[in-house]
Amino acid sequence: MKPAAFDYIRAEHLDEALEVLRREGSEARIIAGGQSLMAMLNMRLAKPKTLIDIMRLPELARIENSRGAITVGAAVRQASLLQWPELGRSLQLAALALPWTGHAQTRSRGTACGSIAHADPSAELPLVLQALGGEVHLRSAKRRRRVAARDFFAGMMATTRADDELIEAVSFPADRDRCAFREVARRHGDFAIVACAAVKTGDGARLAVGGVADMPAVRDFPRLEGGALDDALNRFAYELGARDDVHATARYRRDLVRMIGRDLVREVLQ
Amino acid sequence: MSRLQAGQRHSVRFSLNGKPCVGEAEPRLLLTDFLRHEIGATGTHVGCEHGVCGACTVGIDGQPARACLTLAAQIDGCEVRTVEGLAPSAGRLGILQAAFRRNHALQCGFCTAGILMSLDCFLRQHPRPDEAGIRDLLSGHLCRCTGYTPIVRAALEAAVELAGDLSGTKSDA
Repeated sequence: MKPAAFDYIRAEHLDEALEVLRREGSEARIIAGGQSLMAMLNMRLAKPKTLIDIMRLPELARIENSRGAITVGAAVRQASLLQWPELGRSLQLAALALPWTGHAQTRSRGTACGSIAHADPSAELPLVLQALGGEVHLRSAKRRRRVAARDFFAGMMATTRADDELIEAVSFPADRDRCAFREVARRHGDFAIVACAAVKTGDGARLAVGGVADMPAVRDFPRLEGGALDDALNRFAYELGARDDVHATARYRRDLVRMIGRDLVREVLQ
Repeated sequence: MSRLQAGQRHSVRFSLNGKPCVGEAEPRLLLTDFLRHEIGATGTHVGCEHGVCGACTVGIDGQPARACLTLAAQIDGCEVRTVEGLAPSAGRLGILQAAFRRNHALQCGFCTAGILMSLDCFLRQHPRPDEAGIRDLLSGHLCRCTGYTPIVRAALEAAVELAGDLSGTKSDA
């Protein structure tokens, strides 16, 4: 389990990283904290010709809170975000979900943007981005664009990022309303069997579910009473297309979606 | 911008347990293999090589990190601490190591170096930890021998002793 050979570039300016991506496209990969990519390299599921390390670019290591949005740069480690003093006030859902993201020993190096770039269907940060309706800030040598979370995730570990683009930052709308998060995993910090996030939206609640479909799924629920909410959650659970695997059966996953979903929706609508 | 060519060895300068250190590594070399084969520091163990088991955990700039998910090239200029840095001198155990020995917090010992380094970083930041905090930290490590209970006991005992050490007060704990 050793990576295949690659060139390693330590970018000193963002333009250098963008230029390498422009020239080498899909043969080059950005490495930030490496806590997802290194495992892929070790298992040779990824075999880039060039790795571009962006962790020494101070302009990417910033967290900004302005105009109702929290923007997290590509070099911000998960541990730094978790320790950001404004997190609990401004981005409560991330404060609830981050302790479930890997372990202290991986959050110390892994970045928030890296987890979103990796787009693992059971990962917490893509789920939070979807639940809050955040945006991914993409940049190439030619252009900058912002993509809404719902248009960014394209399937299991697949996104709509072009080969010459890197994620410069992600932004989350600041929390205005009540939110809740819960996850079931075999061991705290392991991949979620089911992870759910709920956010109050006007009179109803939005529920986001990870670990079941091939990307985080979002559904808005109006304020429903007892049986009607259970029926709506049951339909949602079936529509996610859960599959049996070594970790859990599809039926168990649907059960978790129904039970956790009901608890969280009730919690945010209280 | 520096491009380190594949297949060629490049120098990596870092600090290892407080001492300046330099070694050579190809870009693809993992920090685990760099420490063990290039530097000769074989205290860091290699387990799963995909970040799950925690056996290779070392301290990087004061934070616990998986050496198997880190390239040697990435630690250029960093401060690395490994289990070799815990003992005050040859033949003597550090406080944390002695607590592990007293409490039988290891049997086969394969996971121990990684757990010690996680706890070493953690106890510096949290000198008065509770059991829940230690168990949360240990969720990043697999130990198939002990059932974790003696590890938690050793960590709590070492924390008391280290806190006394830091404040300069004597303690019989």
